[in-house]
Amino acid sequence: MAVSTRDQAVKVAAAPEARRRFSRRRFNQALTGYLFALPWLIGFLVFTLWPMVYSLYTSFTRYNIIGEPRWIGLRNYRNIIFSDPSFLKALENTFWMVIVKTPIVIVAALTIAILLSLDLPGERGFRTIVYLPNVLSGVAAIFLWQWILAPNGLFNAGLELIGVRGPAWFTDPNWTKPGLVVMGTWWIGSQVLIYLASLKGIPKSLYEAAEIDGANGWAKTRYITLPMLSPTTFFLVVTSIIGTFQIFETAFIIAGAAGRDVALGGPSQSLLFYVFYLYNRAFGKVGAGGLQMGYASALAWILFVIILIVTLIQLWLARRWVHYETDGR
Amino acid sequence: MAVSSVPPTLQAGKAPLLPPRRSFSPFASVWHFLAWLLLVGIAVLFLVPLLWMISTALKDPSELMRNNWIPQHLAWENFSYALSYGMWFRWTYNSIVITLFSVVGMVLSSAMVAYAFARLKWPGRDILFGVVLATMMMPGVVLMIPQFIIFARLPAFGFQGSQTWVNTFLPLIVPAFTGSAFYIFLLRQFMRGVPMELSESAKIDGASELRIFWNIVMPLSKPALATIAIFSFQGAWQDFMGPLIYLQSERLYTLQLGLRQFEFAAGGAPAWNWLMAVSLLVMLPVLVVFLAFQRYFIEGISITGMGGR
Repeated sequence: MAVSTRDQAVKVAAAPEARRRFSRRRFNQALTGYLFALPWLIGFLVFTLWPMVYSLYTSFTRYNIIGEPRWIGLRNYRNIIFSDPSFLKALENTFWMVIVKTPIVIVAALTIAILLSLDLPGERGFRTIVYLPNVLSGVAAIFLWQWILAPNGLFNAGLELIGVRGPAWFTDPNWTKPGLVVMGTWWIGSQVLIYLASLKGIPKSLYEAAEIDGANGWAKTRYITLPMLSPTTFFLVVTSIIGTFQIFETAFIIAGAAGRDVALGGPSQSLLFYVFYLYNRAFGKVGAGGLQMGYASALAWILFVIILIVTLIQLWLARRWVHYETDGR
Repeated sequence: MAVSSVPPTLQAGKAPLLPPRRSFSPFASVWHFLAWLLLVGIAVLFLVPLLWMISTALKDPSELMRNNWIPQHLAWENFSYALSYGMWFRWTYNSIVITLFSVVGMVLSSAMVAYAFARLKWPGRDILFGVVLATMMMPGVVLMIPQFIIFARLPAFGFQGSQTWVNTFLPLIVPAFTGSAFYIFLLRQFMRGVPMELSESAKIDGASELRIFWNIVMPLSKPALATIAIFSFQGAWQDFMGPLIYLQSERLYTLQLGLRQFEFAAGGAPAWNWLMAVSLLVMLPVLVVFLAFQRYFIEGISITGMGGR
């Protein structure tokens, strides 16, 4: 009895000391956490948050980098939306790409992934080969495809074998964008692998149950595989659309090839995509509407809003076709 | 429970258990055989462009317009001719320097930050992690212009002969040292799977947080670190827009810009055999890394998919 009272007395006496130590420990914990996160914190403030604020401000100004930005209110936005034919052309080209390329990429990737999931001999080799093009990107690969899609290049020679006369891909304004789609289907490796990973996650028991009920191959694909894959499909559709909205490098290089002026945006502006146009406005030659940082910033924010709206529409549509397992993960 | 947050494909690289294969035939049915034939066809189509590139790179000009696969004379001299036009050694050196620094910066900083989010308790952590995820949604285009303006004002004091950061390697290297939201997310998921008991017992033995990070968690995160190292290597080596915006003098060009310069110099009629020869050389490092570390590429992609679910 006596001992425990003395213990209590000691505890009471030590309490402030303990609390101080405790709070110092908490302080140290917090400090350690922030120190480890410091690189990102700095990066976020300096390279993301501040640029965002600054870019929003710039979009309401006229600014050519050399002088000071001058506030002009909503004039950039008004000019872009109501009196800029190149903006409309860029928007049209970009939406064309998004609408045509996305379904082709998704269907091709899904088909190849299903073939790969059948556990056929040489699966690893096939997987490697399908992913290989993703490694071979950059300027070199764009030159390669320009060469393949040359008017009398390899691709058209292949078409000739089946009796089709191929177009003059990258010089005919009607065929530049289809040319990019043909090129793009070479780079579906990561979509295939993502599909493959989630295909392997579908429980075998679902198929076994369906087989007992007498389902054929198509029924199994339609009622098990596709619904089970729908979250992945949704992810791939969203990311591929966001990616296509920002297409730049390929169009820029092809438009500037063969000594042509990049500012023209390819034959009859057929390759002038949104980010390409934005680049021309921000970093292009002054004579061709370049170095207008305010105008280009406004273009960037309009693109941001467009991407946001398109993504929100997809989220809303997703409720109708994306199937999530109720038990969750 | 904690272990289950690691995607199964990443766990020590173990192959999933495959059902035993029947011994008499590799194909379950005629349909599977047809599917296999289809795959072979697709694989050939995927390989054709690369093979065509090699074939073109070894052709004499006289054969360029004929669509034959095997050149009558293997023109190895194309490589040396092509390399004699342009500052290829300089550009290669630039690419190596930029890539090396960005990969090291990216891996180290992303790992540190991921460690803070995965294994340390600090006030504001969960809110800030939400911010990390939110920045992943931000299109890079919106940040491109203001970042350029910032770098155009930062003084470089004559580094690489420039008064501002524009026309130096700094804008291409320094941001990498602040990590990338996507890699931080990926590494955090992985580090959460490393048992907490390891950290606790090390702490009892008197190890500092830095030591635990460096000597325990980092070595156990190797597969994930390898994945992001490889992806950031590929990203930096093949980056085009960054160098295009920031590097103006030809002697600072990376290989990607150099390739374009080479094509430009031909004045609208590039010699395709030369162009394919140098293109092949520029692609080679990534190709070699891919073939050597294939597993990490493939696993990395699978995790990406899981991250999206």
